[in-house]
Amino acid sequence: MSDLDRFIDTFLNGAVLARYAPDILRGVWVTVELSVLIVIAGTALGTLLACIRAYRIAPVSFLIVVYADVFRALPPLVLILLAYFGLPNVGVSLSSFAVLFAILCLTLGAFAEEIVWAGITATDRGQWEAARPTGLGFTQTLVHVVLPQAVRMVIPPLTNRAIAITKMTALGTVIGVPDILNQATTAQSFSGNASPLTLAAVAYVVLFLPFVILSRWLESRFAWRKI
Amino acid sequence: MSKTIMSPAATSPTAAQAGAAPAVARPTLELIGLRKSFGAIEVLRDVSLRVARSEMVFVLGRSGSGKSTMLRCCNRLEEPDAGEILLEGERITGRGVNLDRVRRRIGMVFQNFNLYPHLDARRNVTLALRKVLGQSREEADARAAEALARVGLADRADSYPAQLSGGQQQRVAIARAIALEPAVMLFDEPTSALDPELVGDVLAVMRELKQDGMTMLVVSHEMAFAREAADRVVFMAEGRIVEEGPPEQIFTSPRHESTRAFLSRYSFGQ
Amino acid sequence: MDQLIQQFFNWDIMMRAWPMLLRGLGMTLLICAAVIPLGLLGGLLAALASTSARPWLRWPGMALVDLFRALPPLVLLIFVYAGLPFAGIRLSPFAAVTVAFFLNNSAYYGEIFRAGLISVGQGQTDAARSTGLTARQTLIHVVLPQATRNVLPDLISNTVEVVKLTSIASVVSMGELLHAADLARSVTYNASPLTMAAGIYLLMLWPVVRLLSRYQRQIAV
Repeated sequence: MSDLDRFIDTFLNGAVLARYAPDILRGVWVTVELSVLIVIAGTALGTLLACIRAYRIAPVSFLIVVYADVFRALPPLVLILLAYFGLPNVGVSLSSFAVLFAILCLTLGAFAEEIVWAGITATDRGQWEAARPTGLGFTQTLVHVVLPQAVRMVIPPLTNRAIAITKMTALGTVIGVPDILNQATTAQSFSGNASPLTLAAVAYVVLFLPFVILSRWLESRFAWRKI
Repeated sequence: MSKTIMSPAATSPTAAQAGAAPAVARPTLELIGLRKSFGAIEVLRDVSLRVARSEMVFVLGRSGSGKSTMLRCCNRLEEPDAGEILLEGERITGRGVNLDRVRRRIGMVFQNFNLYPHLDARRNVTLALRKVLGQSREEADARAAEALARVGLADRADSYPAQLSGGQQQRVAIARAIALEPAVMLFDEPTSALDPELVGDVLAVMRELKQDGMTMLVVSHEMAFAREAADRVVFMAEGRIVEEGPPEQIFTSPRHESTRAFLSRYSFGQ
Repeated sequence: MDQLIQQFFNWDIMMRAWPMLLRGLGMTLLICAAVIPLGLLGGLLAALASTSARPWLRWPGMALVDLFRALPPLVLLIFVYAGLPFAGIRLSPFAAVTVAFFLNNSAYYGEIFRAGLISVGQGQTDAARSTGLTARQTLIHVVLPQATRNVLPDLISNTVEVVKLTSIASVVSMGELLHAADLARSVTYNASPLTMAAGIYLLMLWPVVRLLSRYQRQIAV
């Protein structure tokens, strides 16, 4: 067997790929489902908290800041293990899927809150001052005037962060979420062949590369608009 | 003073006296048949120009006439498509020329100063002295002090560019260039980014440089200064030099139509 | 409530786990000391390639950066650690972590450095080259100091992410902080060692996160 043959046999073995492709496809579905849920819930949570913070009620703002800081400073895997292994002993039993969703949603929420908040504070003071005398209330100004501008400003950093955090769904493997990576490592140990891992890597690239390219495009567009 | 590069211009002020100095045997800077295109647009079409030692040549023309491109070709920040450039008789275009050695003999001052914002005035001047000429810290500092004194900023050596006015920044930029004792200085619209009240200081420094015998090629819209200080004025239009001569002649009896149109617009402006 | 404290904040168990966690922390710091400088260096090279004027350098540079930004680091790590041995390349956990992090970090630091390089105007290069500085001297003394300063908050923020990411080394039994805590959890049947690990991460990273928020980096670049 030539080196190339051996390489193909090890990493791109047709028989192994065909045998385990359906499993990995099921994993793709789980990863996609989780990713979509996390992005929607996490961004919504972060935006909501940033808006609440705009009312500048000191104790509430303080709690939001503490939450955002903690979830930005802690590795998600630590929180995943803590929730997955700790909570059942105090009577809270969550599925591994639920734990992964909850932790990553809270993590994205923390980052999104900081990013959207930065967008709100960066929006020109003049916008507030211009809107209020027209009879718009605080909430109306926030929702109809400030937030739309802030959101446009924060889309590039938010996209980057959302990609980074949805990629972390692979951490679910550790607690047995049947995502792409989990299916692949299982298949790899059954087949004694690295091809499932190759397939998993390809699946991730196919899933995420369009978004990486999108974020690059958004960033260049954003930079252009700033000038 | 350093022995590495001695510019005759900087050290022998009487070399060629002001006035319409005809090109002496060997011009300090000579452009022969320069051509340059950006894509389909021909920016320079066969430009030839000689700048004699200690001569101050002013280049006028509308924006887009190719003035700045010509200037940037002189030290090959822009690569000419065809033509030759000679510096003190030595060809500096084409392959096999050590550009870094050439460039330190050609000082350049930019419209936007381009000072290094992360370095103070002294280190803006000393960076090339130390890295290019390999001077010691003491040598370089002494030379920088001298150069900053020449532009009237001896007391601002420790200031960062952000702490200086536009005029002061441009003077530091001039000090950065003259510290290398170049054979010729290129000025690319040195005053157009300045507030009107700061223009005078920069022009005063240029006037002094000229008195010290510096060879200068200047792209600028400072007509009054050109009339008073330049030895020769060159007018460019559509990538060509259409007219050149002593300032009095160009300003009072321009021959070429585009020169006339240009000057009438400017005298209205004043 | 008691149960909660017993399960997550058990002082006795924490005290027993402390020596293990301390060794784990040492390993975490060791990993950081290896992967952060390597990632910065790789990122700088990636940024230089992807901003190069030469297309044969720029396109592969950008493609590699995008590829490794699309792959989850854990997938990369498992591929290197569990996949490569099939090809006869057997790496120690530490080497596997270093290789996987090098590829991932280089891509992320690379994007940041790229933004930094672009933020320094052409005029700076023109000015430097006009005084006779070589391309390399211009990069080192003029462009890089400004580029780095312009994206410093993002570099720091990414470094926080790298430190957090070292926790995935536990998956290949690296014996770093999280792995040590999880081992302690599995022998004590109590989550307190994990709480403690979380506390240590918080102590290390919270000040940095707070500082970054002050500078509102997200919008700045």
